Amino acid sequence: MKPARVLPLSTLAAWAFALLWALPLLYALWAAFHPAAYATRFEITAPLTLENFEHAWGAAPFPRYFLNTILLVLGIMLAQFVICTLAAFGLARWKFYGADILFALILIQLMVTPDVLILENYRTLQKLGLIDTLVGVGIPYVASAFGIFLLRQSFKSIPKELDDAARMEGASALQTIWRVYLPLAKPVYVAYGLVSVSYHWNNFLWPLIVTNSVETRPLTVGLQVFASVDQGVDWSVICAAALMTSGPLMIAFLVFQRAFIQSFLRAGIR
Amino acid sequence: MTARRKDRLNIHIQGWLLALPAVVLLAAFTYIPAVKTVIDSLFATQVGSRPAPFVGLMQYESLIADPIFWRALHNNLLYALITVPLAIGLSLAMALWVNGRIGGRAGLRLAFFTPTILPMVAAANIWLFFYTQDYGLLNKIGIALGFANVNWLGDPATALPALMAVTIWKEAGFFMIFYLAALQQVPPDLYEAARMENTGRWQVFRRITWPMVMPTTLFVGINALINAFRVVDQVIAMTGGGPDNATTLLLFYIYQVAFSFWDLGYAAALSTVLLTALAAVALAQFFLLDRKIHYR
Repeated sequence: MKPARVLPLSTLAAWAFALLWALPLLYALWAAFHPAAYATRFEITAPLTLENFEHAWGAAPFPRYFLNTILLVLGIMLAQFVICTLAAFGLARWKFYGADILFALILIQLMVTPDVLILENYRTLQKLGLIDTLVGVGIPYVASAFGIFLLRQSFKSIPKELDDAARMEGASALQTIWRVYLPLAKPVYVAYGLVSVSYHWNNFLWPLIVTNSVETRPLTVGLQVFASVDQGVDWSVICAAALMTSGPLMIAFLVFQRAFIQSFLRAGIR
Repeated sequence: MTARRKDRLNIHIQGWLLALPAVVLLAAFTYIPAVKTVIDSLFATQVGSRPAPFVGLMQYESLIADPIFWRALHNNLLYALITVPLAIGLSLAMALWVNGRIGGRAGLRLAFFTPTILPMVAAANIWLFFYTQDYGLLNKIGIALGFANVNWLGDPATALPALMAVTIWKEAGFFMIFYLAALQQVPPDLYEAARMENTGRWQVFRRITWPMVMPTTLFVGINALINAFRVVDQVIAMTGGGPDNATTLLLFYIYQVAFSFWDLGYAAALSTVLLTALAAVALAQFFLLDRKIHYR
Protein backbone atom coordinates (compact mmCIF):
# COMPACT_ATOMS: atom_id res chain seq x y z
CA MET A 1 0.00 0.00 0.00
CA LYS A 2 1.27 3.48 -0.81
CA PRO A 3 1.63 5.92 2.07
CA ALA A 4 -1.22 8.36 2.55
CA ARG A 5 -1.24 11.53 0.49
CA VAL A 6 -0.40 14.58 2.58
CA LEU A 7 -3.27 17.10 2.74
CA PRO A 8 -2.73 20.35 0.78
CA LEU A 9 -2.75 22.49 3.92
CA SER A 10 -0.22 20.20 5.56
CA THR A 11 1.94 20.27 2.41
CA LEU A 12 1.95 24.04 2.57
CA ALA A 13 2.96 23.91 6.23
CA ALA A 14 5.74 21.46 5.38
CA TRP A 15 7.11 23.80 2.74
CA ALA A 16 6.89 26.85 4.97
CA PHE A 17 8.74 24.89 7.59
CA ALA A 18 11.43 23.66 5.22
CA LEU A 19 11.99 27.23 4.07
CA LEU A 20 12.34 28.35 7.67
CA TRP A 21 14.80 25.52 8.26
CA ALA A 22 16.86 26.43 5.22
CA LEU A 23 16.80 30.16 5.93
CA PRO A 24 19.95 30.48 8.09
CA LEU A 25 21.99 28.55 5.53
CA LEU A 26 20.56 30.40 2.55
CA TYR A 27 21.28 33.62 4.36
CA ALA A 28 24.88 32.57 4.98
CA LEU A 29 25.26 31.56 1.33
CA TRP A 30 23.91 34.92 0.24
CA ALA A 31 26.29 36.86 2.48
CA ALA A 32 29.29 34.72 1.55
CA PHE A 33 28.87 35.00 -2.22
CA HIS A 34 28.09 38.73 -2.40
CA PRO A 35 30.17 41.82 -1.61
CA ALA A 36 29.92 43.00 1.99
CA ALA A 37 27.73 45.94 0.93
CA TYR A 38 25.01 43.47 -0.02
CA ALA A 39 25.27 41.30 3.11
CA THR A 40 21.87 42.44 4.30
CA ARG A 41 20.55 44.04 1.13
CA PHE A 42 18.67 41.52 -0.94
CA GLU A 43 18.72 42.60 -4.56
CA ILE A 44 18.57 40.21 -7.48
CA THR A 45 21.14 42.34 -9.32
CA ALA A 46 23.75 42.07 -6.57
CA PRO A 47 27.03 40.93 -8.16
CA LEU A 48 28.39 37.49 -7.23
CA THR A 49 31.91 37.28 -5.86
CA LEU A 50 34.40 34.86 -4.35
CA GLU A 51 36.26 37.69 -2.63
CA ASN A 52 34.99 36.77 0.84
CA PHE A 53 36.39 33.25 0.51
CA GLU A 54 39.72 34.58 -0.75
CA HIS A 55 39.87 37.04 2.09
CA ALA A 56 39.11 34.39 4.74
CA TRP A 57 41.55 31.92 3.19
CA GLY A 58 44.33 34.49 3.32
CA ALA A 59 43.49 36.13 6.66
CA ALA A 60 43.99 33.00 8.78
CA PRO A 61 46.03 29.83 8.27
CA PHE A 62 43.04 27.89 6.96
CA PRO A 63 45.12 25.65 4.66
CA ARG A 64 46.98 24.41 7.74
CA TYR A 65 43.72 23.98 9.68
CA PHE A 66 42.36 21.88 6.82
CA LEU A 67 45.45 19.70 6.88
CA ASN A 68 45.19 19.28 10.67
CA THR A 69 41.52 18.31 10.51
CA ILE A 70 42.09 15.84 7.69
CA LEU A 71 45.02 14.19 9.49
CA LEU A 72 42.97 14.11 12.68
CA VAL A 73 39.80 12.55 11.29
CA LEU A 74 41.66 9.98 9.19
CA GLY A 75 44.03 9.12 12.03
CA ILE A 76 41.20 8.65 14.52
CA MET A 77 39.20 6.59 12.06
CA LEU A 78 42.05 4.20 11.25
CA ALA A 79 43.04 3.81 14.90
CA GLN A 80 39.40 3.18 15.82
CA PHE A 81 39.10 0.55 13.08
CA VAL A 82 42.12 -1.37 14.36
CA ILE A 83 41.45 -1.15 18.11
CA CYS A 84 37.70 -1.71 17.89
CA THR A 85 37.98 -4.56 15.38
CA LEU A 86 40.32 -6.51 17.64
CA ALA A 87 38.16 -6.04 20.73
CA ALA A 88 34.92 -6.68 18.84
CA PHE A 89 36.26 -9.90 17.35
CA GLY A 90 37.36 -11.21 20.72
CA LEU A 91 34.03 -10.33 22.29
CA ALA A 92 31.92 -11.67 19.45
CA ARG A 93 33.63 -14.99 18.90
CA TRP A 94 35.34 -16.21 22.03
CA LYS A 95 33.67 -16.91 25.32
CA PHE A 96 36.71 -15.92 27.35
CA TYR A 97 36.61 -15.41 31.13
CA GLY A 98 34.96 -12.10 32.00
CA ALA A 99 33.87 -11.33 28.44
CA ASP A 100 30.33 -10.44 29.50
CA ILE A 101 31.44 -8.16 32.32
CA LEU A 102 33.96 -6.54 30.03
CA PHE A 103 31.28 -5.85 27.45
CA ALA A 104 28.99 -4.31 30.06
CA LEU A 105 31.86 -2.11 31.21
CA ILE A 106 32.54 -0.99 27.67
CA LEU A 107 28.92 0.05 27.22
CA ILE A 108 29.30 2.53 30.09
CA GLN A 109 31.38 4.69 27.78
CA LEU A 110 28.30 5.29 25.63
CA MET A 111 27.10 7.52 28.47
CA VAL A 112 30.30 8.86 29.99
CA THR A 113 31.82 10.25 26.80
CA PRO A 114 35.26 11.88 26.92
CA ASP A 115 33.90 15.43 26.67
CA VAL A 116 32.49 15.16 30.19
CA LEU A 117 35.91 14.23 31.55
CA ILE A 118 37.85 17.14 30.03
CA LEU A 119 39.53 18.07 33.30
CA GLU A 120 41.08 14.68 34.17
CA ASN A 121 41.88 13.84 30.57
CA TYR A 122 43.72 17.13 30.23
CA ARG A 123 45.86 16.26 33.25
CA THR A 124 46.56 12.81 31.82
CA LEU A 125 47.71 14.38 28.57
CA GLN A 126 49.94 16.75 30.54
CA LYS A 127 51.63 13.79 32.20
CA LEU A 128 52.07 12.08 28.83
CA GLY A 129 53.39 15.29 27.26
CA LEU A 130 50.68 15.21 24.61
CA ILE A 131 49.21 18.68 25.11
CA ASP A 132 49.04 20.60 21.84
CA THR A 133 49.52 17.53 19.66
CA LEU A 134 47.15 15.91 17.19
CA VAL A 135 47.66 12.57 18.97
CA GLY A 136 46.45 14.23 22.16
CA VAL A 137 43.31 15.49 20.43
CA GLY A 138 42.48 12.05 19.09
CA ILE A 139 43.59 9.54 21.69
CA PRO A 140 40.62 9.70 24.12
CA TYR A 141 38.29 8.76 21.27
CA VAL A 142 40.23 5.83 19.83
CA ALA A 143 38.76 3.06 21.97
CA SER A 144 35.16 3.82 21.14
CA ALA A 145 32.50 1.78 22.90
CA PHE A 146 30.21 2.63 20.07
CA GLY A 147 32.58 1.15 17.49
CA ILE A 148 33.19 -1.99 19.51
CA PHE A 149 29.46 -2.43 19.96
CA LEU A 150 28.66 -1.88 16.30
CA LEU A 151 31.36 -4.22 15.00
CA ARG A 152 30.67 -6.91 17.58
CA GLN A 153 27.05 -6.89 16.49
CA SER A 154 27.89 -7.45 12.85
CA PHE A 155 30.66 -10.00 13.57
CA LYS A 156 28.12 -12.06 15.48
CA SER A 157 25.95 -12.36 12.39
CA ILE A 158 28.81 -13.87 10.38
CA PRO A 159 28.42 -17.68 10.21
CA LYS A 160 30.85 -19.48 12.47
CA GLU A 161 31.49 -22.10 9.80
CA LEU A 162 33.54 -19.59 7.83
CA ASP A 163 35.65 -19.12 10.91
CA ASP A 164 36.20 -22.85 11.35
CA ALA A 165 37.02 -23.24 7.67
CA ALA A 166 39.69 -20.57 7.97
CA ARG A 167 41.13 -22.26 11.05
CA MET A 168 41.21 -25.63 9.25
CA GLU A 169 43.43 -24.03 6.67
CA GLY A 170 45.72 -22.95 9.47
CA ALA A 171 44.84 -19.24 9.54
CA SER A 172 45.63 -17.37 12.76
CA ALA A 173 43.07 -15.12 14.47
CA LEU A 174 44.45 -12.02 12.79
CA GLN A 175 44.44 -13.69 9.40
CA THR A 176 40.85 -14.79 9.94
CA ILE A 177 39.82 -11.23 10.78
CA TRP A 178 41.61 -9.88 7.74
CA ARG A 179 40.36 -12.47 5.24
CA VAL A 180 36.87 -13.32 6.51
CA TYR A 181 35.48 -10.67 8.83
CA LEU A 182 36.76 -7.44 7.28
CA PRO A 183 35.34 -8.10 3.80
CA LEU A 184 31.99 -9.32 5.13
CA ALA A 185 31.53 -6.39 7.49
CA LYS A 186 32.49 -3.76 4.92
CA PRO A 187 29.15 -1.88 4.96
CA VAL A 188 29.45 -1.55 8.74
CA TYR A 189 32.94 -0.09 8.39
CA VAL A 190 31.65 2.41 5.84
CA ALA A 191 28.83 3.43 8.15
CA TYR A 192 31.09 3.68 11.17
CA GLY A 193 33.70 5.58 9.16
CA LEU A 194 31.22 8.18 7.97
CA VAL A 195 29.83 8.69 11.46
CA SER A 196 33.31 8.93 12.97
CA VAL A 197 34.58 11.37 10.34
CA SER A 198 31.56 13.67 10.66
CA TYR A 199 31.77 13.57 14.45
CA HIS A 200 35.44 14.47 14.61
CA TRP A 201 35.31 16.98 11.77
CA ASN A 202 32.76 18.85 13.91
CA ASN A 203 34.21 18.21 17.37
CA PHE A 204 35.10 21.42 19.18
CA LEU A 205 35.44 21.55 22.96
CA TRP A 206 38.22 19.00 23.43
CA PRO A 207 40.44 20.27 20.57
CA LEU A 208 39.85 23.82 21.84
CA ILE A 209 41.27 22.82 25.22
CA VAL A 210 44.14 20.68 24.00
CA THR A 211 45.48 22.76 21.11
CA ASN A 212 47.03 26.20 21.30
CA SER A 213 49.02 26.61 18.12
CA VAL A 214 48.39 26.85 14.41
CA GLU A 215 50.21 23.56 13.79
CA THR A 216 47.65 21.51 15.73
CA ARG A 217 44.39 23.45 15.61
CA PRO A 218 41.60 21.76 13.65
CA LEU A 219 39.16 23.75 11.51
CA THR A 220 36.45 24.19 14.12
CA VAL A 221 38.85 25.75 16.60
CA GLY A 222 40.54 27.75 13.85
CA LEU A 223 37.18 29.13 12.75
CA GLN A 224 36.32 30.15 16.30
CA VAL A 225 39.69 31.87 16.81
CA PHE A 226 39.26 33.62 13.49
CA ALA A 227 35.70 34.75 14.19
CA SER A 228 36.29 35.95 17.74
CA VAL A 229 39.75 37.52 17.68
CA ASP A 230 39.52 39.58 14.53
CA GLN A 231 37.04 42.28 15.36
CA GLY A 232 37.71 43.95 12.02
CA VAL A 233 36.41 40.98 10.05
CA ASP A 234 33.00 41.53 8.54
CA TRP A 235 30.05 39.12 8.53
CA SER A 236 30.39 38.22 4.88
CA VAL A 237 33.91 36.93 5.51
CA ILE A 238 32.86 35.04 8.64
CA CYS A 239 29.99 33.40 6.76
CA ALA A 240 32.42 32.47 3.99
CA ALA A 241 34.82 30.97 6.55
CA ALA A 242 32.00 29.07 8.28
CA LEU A 243 30.81 27.61 4.98
CA MET A 244 34.36 26.84 3.93
CA THR A 245 35.10 24.84 7.07
CA SER A 246 31.95 22.78 6.60
CA GLY A 247 32.39 22.62 2.82
CA PRO A 248 34.08 19.26 2.23
CA LEU A 249 31.73 17.44 4.59
CA MET A 250 28.67 19.16 3.12
CA ILE A 251 29.69 18.32 -0.44
CA ALA A 252 30.40 14.72 0.53
CA PHE A 253 26.98 14.60 2.15
CA LEU A 254 25.20 16.06 -0.88
CA VAL A 255 26.90 13.55 -3.18
CA PHE A 256 26.49 10.50 -0.94
CA GLN A 257 23.25 11.51 0.75
CA ARG A 258 21.84 8.01 0.89
CA ALA A 259 25.02 6.45 2.30
CA PHE A 260 25.21 9.13 4.99
CA ILE A 261 21.62 8.73 6.10
CA GLN A 262 21.88 4.94 6.07
CA SER A 263 25.06 5.17 8.15
CA PHE A 264 23.59 7.43 10.78
CA LEU A 265 20.59 5.15 10.94
CA ARG A 266 22.64 1.98 11.27
CA ALA A 267 24.80 3.67 13.85
CA GLY A 268 21.89 4.98 15.88
CA ILE A 269 19.79 1.87 16.15
CA ARG A 270 21.53 -0.35 18.57
CA MET B 1 47.57 -31.00 29.99
CA THR B 2 45.60 -32.34 27.04
CA ALA B 3 45.66 -30.50 23.75
CA ARG B 4 41.98 -29.63 24.17
CA ARG B 5 42.37 -27.92 27.52
CA LYS B 6 45.41 -26.08 26.28
CA ASP B 7 43.33 -24.84 23.38
CA ARG B 8 40.67 -23.55 25.70
CA LEU B 9 43.19 -21.76 27.88
CA ASN B 10 44.54 -20.24 24.72
CA ILE B 11 41.13 -18.79 23.91
CA HIS B 12 40.94 -16.99 27.24
CA ILE B 13 44.40 -15.53 26.82
CA GLN B 14 43.91 -14.60 23.20
CA GLY B 15 40.51 -13.07 23.91
CA TRP B 16 41.97 -10.78 26.54
CA LEU B 17 44.95 -9.96 24.33
CA LEU B 18 42.63 -8.85 21.54
CA ALA B 19 40.62 -6.67 23.88
CA LEU B 20 43.69 -5.37 25.70
CA PRO B 21 44.43 -2.20 23.65
CA ALA B 22 40.81 -1.10 23.92
CA VAL B 23 40.69 -1.92 27.64
CA VAL B 24 43.86 0.05 28.37
CA LEU B 25 42.63 3.11 26.47
CA LEU B 26 39.14 2.95 27.97
CA ALA B 27 40.64 2.68 31.43
CA ALA B 28 43.02 5.57 30.83
CA PHE B 29 40.50 7.96 29.31
CA THR B 30 37.13 6.93 30.74
CA TYR B 31 37.08 4.76 33.87
CA ILE B 32 40.06 6.10 35.80
CA PRO B 33 39.24 9.76 34.98
CA ALA B 34 35.62 9.24 36.04
CA VAL B 35 36.68 7.78 39.40
CA LYS B 36 39.43 10.36 39.81
CA THR B 37 36.96 13.17 39.20
CA VAL B 38 34.94 12.04 42.19
CA ILE B 39 38.07 11.63 44.36
CA ASP B 40 39.51 15.00 43.32
CA SER B 41 36.28 16.72 44.28
CA LEU B 42 37.13 15.85 47.90
CA PHE B 43 40.41 17.77 47.77
CA ALA B 44 41.25 21.46 47.62
CA THR B 45 42.82 22.88 44.48
CA GLN B 46 46.55 22.22 44.45
CA VAL B 47 48.68 25.32 44.96
CA GLY B 48 52.35 25.14 43.99
CA SER B 49 54.04 21.77 44.44
CA ARG B 50 52.49 20.81 47.76
CA PRO B 51 49.87 18.06 47.45
CA ALA B 52 46.29 19.30 47.70
CA PRO B 53 44.85 18.87 51.22
CA PHE B 54 41.81 16.66 51.78
CA VAL B 55 38.78 18.87 52.45
CA GLY B 56 35.94 16.36 52.54
CA LEU B 57 32.70 17.79 51.24
CA MET B 58 33.84 21.40 51.37
CA GLN B 59 33.77 21.77 47.57
CA TYR B 60 30.14 20.66 47.63
CA GLU B 61 29.34 23.16 50.38
CA SER B 62 30.69 25.99 48.26
CA LEU B 63 28.79 24.51 45.33
CA ILE B 64 25.53 24.72 47.24
CA ALA B 65 26.33 28.32 48.15
CA ASP B 66 27.32 29.24 44.58
CA PRO B 67 24.54 31.14 42.78
CA ILE B 68 26.20 30.61 39.39
CA PHE B 69 26.07 26.83 39.87
CA TRP B 70 22.35 27.00 40.61
CA ARG B 71 21.89 29.26 37.64
CA ALA B 72 23.75 26.81 35.39
CA LEU B 73 21.76 23.84 36.72
CA HIS B 74 18.50 25.73 36.32
CA ASN B 75 19.43 26.80 32.79
CA ASN B 76 20.39 23.24 31.92
CA LEU B 77 17.16 21.74 33.23
CA LEU B 78 15.20 24.39 31.36
CA TYR B 79 17.23 23.64 28.25
CA ALA B 80 16.38 19.94 28.50
CA LEU B 81 12.75 20.57 29.38
CA ILE B 82 12.19 22.74 26.32
CA THR B 83 14.50 21.32 23.65
CA VAL B 84 13.72 17.63 24.21
CA PRO B 85 9.95 17.70 23.61
CA LEU B 86 10.27 20.26 20.81
CA ALA B 87 12.96 18.27 19.02
CA ILE B 88 10.84 15.10 19.37
CA GLY B 89 7.66 16.76 18.12
CA LEU B 90 9.30 18.51 15.20
CA SER B 91 11.32 15.52 14.08
CA LEU B 92 8.20 13.34 14.11
CA ALA B 93 6.29 15.96 12.10
CA MET B 94 9.15 16.16 9.60
CA ALA B 95 9.26 12.38 9.29
CA LEU B 96 5.50 12.18 8.74
CA TRP B 97 5.74 14.79 6.01
CA VAL B 98 8.71 13.25 4.25
CA ASN B 99 7.26 9.74 4.58
CA GLY B 100 3.92 10.66 3.02
CA ARG B 101 3.14 11.36 -0.63
CA ILE B 102 4.14 14.99 -0.89
CA GLY B 103 5.46 17.24 -3.64
CA GLY B 104 9.19 17.96 -3.53
CA ARG B 105 9.98 15.28 -0.99
CA ALA B 106 13.72 15.23 -1.71
CA GLY B 107 13.93 19.00 -1.24
CA LEU B 108 12.14 18.82 2.09
CA ARG B 109 14.39 16.05 3.34
CA LEU B 110 17.47 17.99 2.31
CA ALA B 111 16.28 21.18 4.02
CA PHE B 112 15.54 19.31 7.25
CA PHE B 113 18.65 17.16 7.37
CA THR B 114 21.41 19.48 6.17
CA PRO B 115 21.86 21.42 9.45
CA THR B 116 22.87 18.11 11.08
CA ILE B 117 26.03 17.85 8.97
CA LEU B 118 27.27 21.36 9.79
CA PRO B 119 29.82 21.77 12.60
CA MET B 120 28.10 23.40 15.57
CA VAL B 121 30.71 26.16 15.62
CA ALA B 122 30.02 27.02 11.98
CA ALA B 123 26.27 26.93 12.60
CA ALA B 124 26.71 29.12 15.68
CA ASN B 125 28.63 31.75 13.73
CA ILE B 126 25.98 31.79 11.02
CA TRP B 127 23.20 32.15 13.60
CA LEU B 128 25.19 34.87 15.32
CA PHE B 129 24.80 36.90 12.15
CA PHE B 130 21.16 35.85 11.89
CA TYR B 131 20.50 37.22 15.41
CA THR B 132 22.50 40.47 15.11
CA GLN B 133 20.79 43.58 16.30
CA ASP B 134 19.78 46.19 13.70
CA TYR B 135 20.79 44.32 10.55
CA GLY B 136 20.46 40.59 11.31
CA LEU B 137 17.82 38.85 9.21
CA LEU B 138 15.62 38.01 12.17
CA ASN B 139 15.36 41.63 13.22
CA LYS B 140 14.91 42.79 9.62
CA ILE B 141 11.89 40.51 9.28
CA GLY B 142 10.67 41.50 12.74
CA ILE B 143 10.94 45.22 12.02
CA ALA B 144 9.21 44.80 8.67
CA LEU B 145 6.32 43.12 10.51
CA GLY B 146 6.20 45.92 13.06
CA PHE B 147 8.03 44.29 15.98
CA ALA B 148 10.71 45.95 18.07
CA ASN B 149 14.41 45.60 17.28
CA VAL B 150 15.58 42.91 19.72
CA ASN B 151 19.14 42.24 20.86
CA TRP B 152 18.48 38.49 20.89
CA LEU B 153 21.77 37.39 22.44
CA GLY B 154 22.29 40.49 24.59
CA ASP B 155 19.05 40.31 26.52
CA PRO B 156 18.99 37.80 29.43
CA ALA B 157 15.35 37.01 28.63
CA THR B 158 15.96 35.94 25.03
CA ALA B 159 19.57 34.69 25.03
CA LEU B 160 18.88 31.17 26.30
CA PRO B 161 15.85 30.60 24.03
CA ALA B 162 17.99 31.85 21.14
CA LEU B 163 20.56 29.13 21.87
CA MET B 164 17.81 26.53 22.23
CA ALA B 165 16.59 27.38 18.74
CA VAL B 166 20.02 26.55 17.32
CA THR B 167 20.07 23.21 19.13
CA ILE B 168 16.61 22.27 17.89
CA TRP B 169 17.47 23.43 14.38
CA LYS B 170 20.47 21.11 14.29
CA GLU B 171 18.93 18.14 16.12
CA ALA B 172 15.46 17.77 14.62
CA GLY B 173 16.64 16.67 11.18
CA PHE B 174 18.94 14.09 12.73
CA PHE B 175 16.15 12.56 14.79
CA MET B 176 13.86 12.70 11.75
CA ILE B 177 15.76 9.86 10.08
CA PHE B 178 15.13 7.55 13.05
CA TYR B 179 11.42 8.28 12.87
CA LEU B 180 11.50 7.75 9.12
CA ALA B 181 13.00 4.33 9.61
CA ALA B 182 10.43 3.53 12.30
CA LEU B 183 7.52 4.68 10.13
CA GLN B 184 8.65 2.39 7.35
CA GLN B 185 8.55 -0.54 9.78
CA VAL B 186 4.86 -0.09 10.64
CA PRO B 187 2.95 -3.01 9.07
CA PRO B 188 0.86 -1.61 6.18
CA ASP B 189 -2.15 -3.81 7.02
CA LEU B 190 -2.68 -1.74 10.17
CA TYR B 191 -3.27 1.33 8.02
CA GLU B 192 -5.27 -0.76 5.57
CA ALA B 193 -7.58 -1.90 8.36
CA ALA B 194 -7.97 1.68 9.59
CA ARG B 195 -8.86 2.77 6.06
CA MET B 196 -11.53 0.06 5.79
CA GLU B 197 -13.17 1.40 8.91
CA ASN B 198 -12.87 4.98 7.72
CA THR B 199 -10.87 6.07 10.73
CA GLY B 200 -9.95 9.77 10.86
CA ARG B 201 -6.33 10.89 10.37
CA TRP B 202 -5.89 11.96 13.97
CA GLN B 203 -7.25 8.64 15.23
CA VAL B 204 -4.89 6.76 12.92
CA PHE B 205 -1.99 8.75 14.29
CA ARG B 206 -3.04 8.29 17.91
CA ARG B 207 -4.01 4.61 17.73
CA ILE B 208 -1.47 3.28 15.23
CA THR B 209 1.46 5.56 14.40
CA TRP B 210 2.22 6.96 17.85
CA PRO B 211 2.25 3.59 19.68
CA MET B 212 4.23 1.97 16.85
CA VAL B 213 7.00 4.58 16.98
CA MET B 214 7.13 4.62 20.78
CA PRO B 215 10.50 2.81 21.01
CA THR B 216 11.97 5.43 18.66
CA THR B 217 10.49 8.21 20.75
CA LEU B 218 12.20 6.79 23.83
CA PHE B 219 15.49 6.41 21.98
CA VAL B 220 15.33 9.93 20.56
CA GLY B 221 14.23 11.35 23.90
CA ILE B 222 17.15 9.79 25.78
CA ASN B 223 19.61 11.02 23.18
CA ALA B 224 18.18 14.52 23.18
CA LEU B 225 18.37 14.51 26.96
CA ILE B 226 22.03 13.47 26.99
CA ASN B 227 22.80 16.11 24.37
CA ALA B 228 21.05 18.78 26.41
CA PHE B 229 23.49 18.16 29.27
CA ARG B 230 26.49 18.27 26.95
CA VAL B 231 25.67 21.55 25.19
CA VAL B 232 28.73 23.78 25.14
CA ASP B 233 29.92 24.65 21.62
CA GLN B 234 27.26 27.23 20.88
CA VAL B 235 27.65 28.80 24.33
CA ILE B 236 31.36 29.36 23.71
CA ALA B 237 30.81 30.57 20.15
CA MET B 238 27.75 32.76 20.68
CA THR B 239 27.46 34.17 24.19
CA GLY B 240 30.36 33.10 26.41
CA GLY B 241 27.77 32.32 29.08
CA GLY B 242 26.46 35.88 29.18
CA PRO B 243 24.67 38.15 29.53
CA ASP B 244 24.88 37.91 33.30
CA ASN B 245 25.18 34.08 33.22
CA ALA B 246 21.85 33.79 31.44
CA THR B 247 23.32 31.16 29.10
CA THR B 248 25.78 29.45 31.45
CA LEU B 249 25.18 25.71 31.23
CA LEU B 250 26.84 22.99 33.33
CA LEU B 251 29.51 21.84 30.89
CA PHE B 252 30.34 25.44 30.00
CA TYR B 253 30.69 26.33 33.68
CA ILE B 254 32.99 23.33 34.19
CA TYR B 255 35.07 24.48 31.23
CA GLN B 256 35.23 28.00 32.63
CA VAL B 257 36.10 26.98 36.20
CA ALA B 258 38.71 24.47 35.05
CA PHE B 259 40.39 26.27 32.18
CA SER B 260 39.83 29.98 32.87
CA PHE B 261 39.93 30.05 36.69
CA TRP B 262 42.05 26.87 37.09
CA ASP B 263 40.07 25.95 40.21
CA LEU B 264 40.50 22.22 39.66
CA GLY B 265 38.99 20.95 42.90
CA TYR B 266 35.82 22.90 42.35
CA ALA B 267 35.70 21.89 38.69
CA ALA B 268 35.93 18.25 39.82
CA ALA B 269 32.93 18.75 42.11
CA LEU B 270 30.97 20.31 39.24
CA SER B 271 31.98 17.45 36.94
CA THR B 272 30.76 14.97 39.54
CA VAL B 273 27.35 16.63 39.43
CA LEU B 274 27.28 16.33 35.66
CA LEU B 275 28.41 12.70 35.80
CA THR B 276 25.63 11.99 38.29
CA ALA B 277 23.08 13.59 35.98
CA LEU B 278 24.30 11.46 33.06
CA ALA B 279 24.29 8.35 35.25
CA ALA B 280 20.66 9.10 36.11
CA VAL B 281 19.83 9.27 32.42
CA ALA B 282 21.72 6.02 31.87
CA LEU B 283 19.66 4.32 34.57
CA ALA B 284 16.47 5.69 33.06
CA GLN B 285 17.55 4.30 29.72
CA PHE B 286 18.32 0.95 31.30
CA PHE B 287 14.85 0.65 32.77
CA LEU B 288 12.89 2.22 29.92
CA LEU B 289 14.75 1.09 26.83
CA ASP B 290 16.19 -2.28 27.65
CA ARG B 291 12.84 -3.95 27.24
CA LYS B 292 12.67 -2.75 23.67
CA ILE B 293 16.20 -3.06 22.43
CA HIS B 294 18.31 -6.14 22.17
CA TYR B 295 21.92 -5.76 23.05
CA ARG B 296 22.82 -9.33 22.23
